[in-house]
Amino acid sequence: MQTNFTPEQLADPHVATSEKILRKCVHCGFCTATCPTYVTLGNELDSPRGRIYLIKDMLENGRPADAEVVTHIDRCLSCLSCTTTCPSGVDYMHLVDHARMHIEATYRRPFWNRLTRGVLAAVLPYPGRFRLALKAAALGRPFAGLLKRFKPLEPFGAMLDLAPRSLPKAAGEAGPGTYPAAGPRRGRVAILTGCAQPVLKPEINAATIRLLTRLGVEVVAPAGEVCCGSLVHHMGREAQALEAARRNVDVWLGEIEKDGLDAIIITASGCGTTIKDYGFMLRLDPAYAEKAARVSALAKDITEYLTTLDLPQQEARGLTVAYHSACSMQHGQKITIAPKVLLKKAGFAVRDPAEGHLCCGSAGTYNILQPEISGKLKARKVRNIEATKPDIIATGNIGCITQIATGTAIPILHTVELIDWAYGGTKPAVLS
Amino acid sequence: MDQIGFLEPRPAVLARRREIVADLLDLLPEGCLVHEPRELVPFETDAFVSYRRVPLAVALPETTAQVAAVLKYCHRYGVPVVPRGAGTSLSGGAIPQEDAVVVGLSKMARILEVDFANRTATVQAGVTNLAISDAVTADGYFYAPDPSSQLACTIGGNIGMNSGGAHCLKYGVTTNNLLGVKLVLIDGTIVELGGKALDAGGLDLLGVVCGGEGQLGIVTEATVRLIARPEGARPVLFGFDSSEEAGACVADVIGSGIIPVAIEFMDKPAIEICEAFAGAGYPMDVEALLIVEVEGSEAEMDAMLASIIEIARRHGVKVVKESQSATEAALIWKGRKSAFGATGRIADYICMDGTVPLGQLPHVLRGTAEIVEKYGLRVANVFHAGDGNMHPLILFNANDPEDAARAEAAGNDILKLCVDAGGCLTGEHGVGIEKRDLMRHQYADVDLAQQMAVRAAFDPQWLLNPSKVFPLEGRPAA
Ligand SMILES: Cc1cc2nc3c(=O)[nH]c(=O)nc-3n(C[C@H](O)[C@H](O)[C@H](O)COP(=O)(O)OP(=O)(O)OC[C@H]3O[C@@H](n4cnc5c(N)ncnc54)[C@H](O)[C@@H]3O)c2cc1C
Ligand code: SF4
Ligand code: SF4
Repeated sequence: MQTNFTPEQLADPHVATSEKILRKCVHCGFCTATCPTYVTLGNELDSPRGRIYLIKDMLENGRPADAEVVTHIDRCLSCLSCTTTCPSGVDYMHLVDHARMHIEATYRRPFWNRLTRGVLAAVLPYPGRFRLALKAAALGRPFAGLLKRFKPLEPFGAMLDLAPRSLPKAAGEAGPGTYPAAGPRRGRVAILTGCAQPVLKPEINAATIRLLTRLGVEVVAPAGEVCCGSLVHHMGREAQALEAARRNVDVWLGEIEKDGLDAIIITASGCGTTIKDYGFMLRLDPAYAEKAARVSALAKDITEYLTTLDLPQQEARGLTVAYHSACSMQHGQKITIAPKVLLKKAGFAVRDPAEGHLCCGSAGTYNILQPEISGKLKARKVRNIEATKPDIIATGNIGCITQIATGTAIPILHTVELIDWAYGGTKPAVLS
Repeated sequence: MDQIGFLEPRPAVLARRREIVADLLDLLPEGCLVHEPRELVPFETDAFVSYRRVPLAVALPETTAQVAAVLKYCHRYGVPVVPRGAGTSLSGGAIPQEDAVVVGLSKMARILEVDFANRTATVQAGVTNLAISDAVTADGYFYAPDPSSQLACTIGGNIGMNSGGAHCLKYGVTTNNLLGVKLVLIDGTIVELGGKALDAGGLDLLGVVCGGEGQLGIVTEATVRLIARPEGARPVLFGFDSSEEAGACVADVIGSGIIPVAIEFMDKPAIEICEAFAGAGYPMDVEALLIVEVEGSEAEMDAMLASIIEIARRHGVKVVKESQSATEAALIWKGRKSAFGATGRIADYICMDGTVPLGQLPHVLRGTAEIVEKYGLRVANVFHAGDGNMHPLILFNANDPEDAARAEAAGNDILKLCVDAGGCLTGEHGVGIEKRDLMRHQYADVDLAQQMAVRAAFDPQWLLNPSKVFPLEGRPAA
């Protein structure tokens, strides 16, 4: 597409990047068809092409963000289905990231919205605070209905709905330290501890560590790591996100220098997408650009890494697994086949639900901030999954697990929990 | 640059903007009217993105009754209306004008009925082309016309443009697969044309409406023909040393009476673009490629392929490559169908859409290359060769106005070349605004006057999509 920027505007490196992205879009409209919000709302303003146009218009005119643009950008799930579809290779992710930064810098949100977002940014990335908040939520659940009746408080109602009824004990978490390989060591990896996941489902990383060490891989959970920053990154709070990125880059580089790392293993694909983007996020920081790029290159989803270990084919288990590909997995990281191949090799019958490209509506904090659209997407996702009549649902992202679990009675697990079980680990508790 | 003009906005309509918006807000449910100036900007164009006009408002009705209410209102107050499906038109058919209300069908996207006994599907106009096939695949059927944009374009837009696609060589274009429509006329009257049978009694008004480019009424529902999936289908790649040889081969295949399901053509630049995107395994050491798809039983496919290969040999075919698996076949088509979008990776483009008699393919391909070279531009050719429907993609730099003007001028010369070779201005993308001013090159005044008379019979005030199709000068007084 034609663009209209002055040389002064293009002197801003963020604008320059966005201009390049916009130039690639040929306005063909293909992306609209696979965008979950367009399919749900039927308005081009809530489609990738519409959002790209809104962003283009705002940036070209050097305008501060306004309520309309913010509405439509806020409704974007950042699922990146559009980037999978786009034949022109339009890098929508970095364009919308820029738009969110611009919104954060130039737009004052209404009070309740500011409050909700502030609370989320102050709680979710910190496991201690998050745990406390969830305990409080258990007490608050009876008020969910009440909260949802008052529009600005709806997100708090949604939060209460999503909070699990009971929390695993903190002791179940795999704390910092080195987990040595059983037998001869064939590799050494770091594992991202994460923020919300270890509070909600400590069994995921526990299974990962058990499986990897059993397969001869030393796993280190480095001390000093923080939330990957994806949560605040998607809110446009760039400074906070970059701070988190720098901290983690330092921690992992320390490990690389100590004893080498073959990979940085991530068990939540949402985090994986962001960590793989550290190189880009920190490109303008001369002290970190190169280090961050190194870290990004080492970041691997657990299924990506397991594929390199060449696991043997196991006997059929007579269990059908519906594999739900998280958006951050299939669109963000373009990992589509590996998890299914692993599950098949592990002896499960694997089903692909229809409309697999559509988001389940979880999308980080989306299910809290946009409960209505999120609820519709959840219902659609659950319908498609249940149509495959699975015994188990498997996926690679904690957000999807929490979201889908509130819509179905079918047990939902992280892919790695099933792989661990199939290769000598314990049977996941929900299946017994 | 000699820009294509739009009708001057009607001052009386612009002056009433606020009342019109307020009235439309009353007529439509919440969230179904876009009217904030900034929110209107994304609707200013379609896939013919070099032309833009911000509309007065965008209505996104949810029911036929709401469409009728909006049209009735616009008719009463003389407000122009531009129907919009997915906005993928390559001829600017869905580009609004400043005094127009866009009526978008994107919220009417439900499949209403699938009737396997009669092999029909009835869908709302905003359903995408591919969604129809997706809904019936499991039962062994598909909807045949397959524009490359089928993922996104709507059946309403397909009817508007009488769209075609790769597989139309065998199955015909939209008009051959459309059985009935529910149509809202400009005064708000709702009529039904056709039905579930292949031929309805009386005048073939359905045939008139199909290809009407949004000027005769707004389609809100369509009944289309479903076709049973063939036993098997196999795309085969034929590589040639020159575009002319490939073109001559197509003419010979069709001339010998063989009708494969599809014959698609790509020249070297197009092959490179598509291969880079899809990794489909197209041969890279050839100057031109044909994708020929045959279908039927294994024996039928083998027999047809053998005769095609024999003809191709006579034209010095260099590579013949059959797809080895369903995945490979899918990639071959993915690459082809993404060709235009993938071109966006390397340059801006405008896509031409002339049709020529098959015997003229080599001549027109050569002429196209000469024209583009004369203007100092580049071209990629990827098109439905079996139908003689050419799509030269003229590559240019949209941020350079002179380059853009050259591209447009080259495009006009190419279309004239097609007409002069005994062909037609448009194969499937419609006239829109893009080819409007070339209509006189193709049609005599008397032909145009007859067409305009038919158009005016539906919409005497020329309110529906009025800037399109017919040259602005010489129209009858509304
Ligand atoms: C990358 C790409 C590839 C393409 N490939 C092909 C191809 O292979 N073959 C082909 O034929 N076309 C192709 N096209 C062109 C385009 O997709 C078709 O013209 C398509 O039919 C337009 O559908 P739409 O829903 O986007 O309609 P729009 O672009 O929104 O509208 C098209 C026209 O139809 C009218 N219209 C829309 N909806 C209605 C309705 N409900 N009632 C009455 N009028 C209506 C509009 O006013 C306009 O005049 C391609 C386009 C792109 C961008
Ligand atoms: S990221 Fe997802 S929700 Fe956002 S525009 Fe792209 S497809 Fe739509
Ligand atoms: S698919 Fe890509 S090129 Fe086409 S409109 Fe969407 S972002 Fe632009």
